[in-house]
Amino acid sequence: MVAQPDPILARKPQSRIWKKFRRHRSAMLGGILVAFFVLIALAAPILPIPDPVATDWAAVRKAPSTAHWLGTDEIGRDLLSRMIWGAQASLLAGVVSVAIAVSVGVPLGILAGYFGGWTDAVISRCTEALLAAPFLILAIALAAFLGPSLTNAMIAIGISATPIFVRLTRGQVLSIAAEDYVDSARAIGLSTPRILSRYIFPNVLPPVLVQATLTVATAIIAEASLSFLGLGQQPPAPSWGSMLNTAKNFLNQAPWMAMWPGIAIFLVVLGFNLLGDGLRDALNPREH
Amino acid sequence: MLSFILRRLLIAIPTIILISVFVFALQKLLPGDPVLAMAGEDRDPATLEFLREKYRLNDPVVVQYFTWIGNALRGDLGISLRTNQPVLALIAEKLPVTIQLAVMAMSFALLIGIPAGILSAVRKGTITDYIANVVALSGLSIPNFWLGIMLILLVSVKWQLLPASGYVPLSEDPVRSITVMLMPAFVLGTALAATMMRHTRSAMLEVLTADYVRTARAKGVKERRVVLKHAFRNALTPIVTLTALLFGELIGGAVLTEQIFTIPGFGKLVVDAVFNRDYAVVQGIVLVTAVGFIVMNLLADVLYVLLNPRLRGQ
Repeated sequence: MVAQPDPILARKPQSRIWKKFRRHRSAMLGGILVAFFVLIALAAPILPIPDPVATDWAAVRKAPSTAHWLGTDEIGRDLLSRMIWGAQASLLAGVVSVAIAVSVGVPLGILAGYFGGWTDAVISRCTEALLAAPFLILAIALAAFLGPSLTNAMIAIGISATPIFVRLTRGQVLSIAAEDYVDSARAIGLSTPRILSRYIFPNVLPPVLVQATLTVATAIIAEASLSFLGLGQQPPAPSWGSMLNTAKNFLNQAPWMAMWPGIAIFLVVLGFNLLGDGLRDALNPREH
Repeated sequence: MLSFILRRLLIAIPTIILISVFVFALQKLLPGDPVLAMAGEDRDPATLEFLREKYRLNDPVVVQYFTWIGNALRGDLGISLRTNQPVLALIAEKLPVTIQLAVMAMSFALLIGIPAGILSAVRKGTITDYIANVVALSGLSIPNFWLGIMLILLVSVKWQLLPASGYVPLSEDPVRSITVMLMPAFVLGTALAATMMRHTRSAMLEVLTADYVRTARAKGVKERRVVLKHAFRNALTPIVTLTALLFGELIGGAVLTEQIFTIPGFGKLVVDAVFNRDYAVVQGIVLVTAVGFIVMNLLADVLYVLLNPRLRGQ
C-alpha cells in the first residue's frame, strides 16, 4: 500500500502558520487593534477633523460633546484630532525605533554567533554593558544628550533596544550553525555570505519577528514616557505622552484630557503584546 | 562556591569597564564646548582657559578618560553644575527614598504576582486562568504613569483617601511614610506583578507535570500540600532570580512614578538633572544604576546556585 502524504504536513508552512494564527483568538484581537490604530494614523491627513494645533479660546477645556467628541484641551484644541495625529507619532516611534534596533542588532548578532572568537567576545561584552543600564534610564540619558525631539527619542529608544536583538540573534545563530544542513553547506564549499543569507538569516527571522512585535509595544510606552517627561515630541505637535504631561496639570478641571491618551496607549500596546504572543505560538514549530 | 563567585566577578569587570567607556563617551558626544556652559555669561578667554585647565579638558581624550575613571573609583563622580554638590553625595541622599519605593513596589508585585501565578497554573485552561492572564497582560500594557494619574484622580481627588504627592522619611513618621508611599508603590508594582505572575505560572506549569509531583499525588498527599510544598518550592528558584533581575525595570519605572507623585528620589534626580543640563549627574546615575544592575545580576546567579541543590556541589 502506498503511504498517503499527511494532509497537514503537505501544506505550505506559511499556510499552516496563518491557519494557526487565525485560530488564536487573542492574537486576532491584537491584530485588529493594531490595524485599527495604523489605519487611523495613516488616514489622519484625509479625515474631516480640525487642525490638531489650532487653538480656540472660546472652547477651552470643554467636556466631550457633539462639537468635540473627545472634548478640548487647555487652549481649546480638539482632542479627537490630537489623538488621531498623536497615533502617528506613537506608531512611528514604535516602528522606527524597533527598525533601528533590528537593523543594527540582527547583523551584529549574526556576526557574533557565526564567527565566534574575538568578534563574539567584543560584541557580546558591548551588548552586556548596554543591557546593564536599565532600558528607560539609558533612553532618557541618550535623549537628554542628543536633545529633546521625536527623532532623537526614536534613536535613543532604538539604541537602548538594540542589545535585546543582538543577544537573541546570537543565540539563534549559535544553535542553527550547529545544524547538519549548515555543516553540509560548508562541506560543499558554499561561501560564507551565501550560507548566512540562504541558511542562517531565514531561520533567525521568526523569533526576531516575534521579539520585534513585542518590542514595538515597549517602544511605544518608552516614547510616551519620554514625551511625558518632555524629551520626545515637542509642543505644539501632538503625541499621547506629551498630551498626558499637560493633562496631569488639569486633573480637577478636565479629567477627560488625561483619559483618552492613556486608553489609546493601553489599547495599542495591548494589541502589539497580543499579536506578539500569537505570533510566538504560530511560529513555534513544536506547536504544530 | 567561592570560586564561582570569583569567576562571576571576573566576568563582570570587562562589562563595568565598557559601561564606564560608554558613559564617558556620552559626555564627549555632547555638541558644543562644555566650558562655555560652565562659564555662563563670563566668556573671558582667561576664565575659559582656567576652566579648561581645572577640568583637564586640554588633555588627550584617553588621558581624560583615565582621570575620570580614576576619580570615579575613588568615589568622585564630579560636581553637580546646578547644586555644586558632589554627584555621589546627591545620589546617596536620594537613594534611600527610591529604595523604600522599590521595596514597597516589589512587595506589591510579590503579593499579587505569585498567588495569581500559582492559581492560574493550578487551574490551567479554566476561567480563573483566562482572567489572570488577561489581567497580567493588561498590567503589562498600561503605562504606569497613566495609571498613577488615574489613581490620583480617583483616590486622591475624588475619594480623598490618600495624598496625591509628597514624601515623609521613614525615620520621621513610619506610618505616614508608608501611607504616602502606598499609591506610588502600587503603581510601580503592577507591571512587575504582571511579569511575576507570568513567570510564576510558567515555572509552576513546568514543575506540576514533573514525576515527583505525580508521585506525591499518587501517595495521596493533599493537593494543597502538593502545590505549595512540592511544586512551589521548586518553582521558587526562577522566581527568586527574576526578582533580582527586575531591578532595572524597577529603577526605570521609578523615574516616572517619582515624577508623577513628586517624590524626591533617584528618578526625580535624573529628570531634574536632564532638564538642568547637569550632565555629570546624568553620567553618575547611569554608571551607578548599571553597576547596581550588575551586582543584582551577580546576586541572582549566586542565589540560583544556592537555591538549586543540584548546582551547589558543582
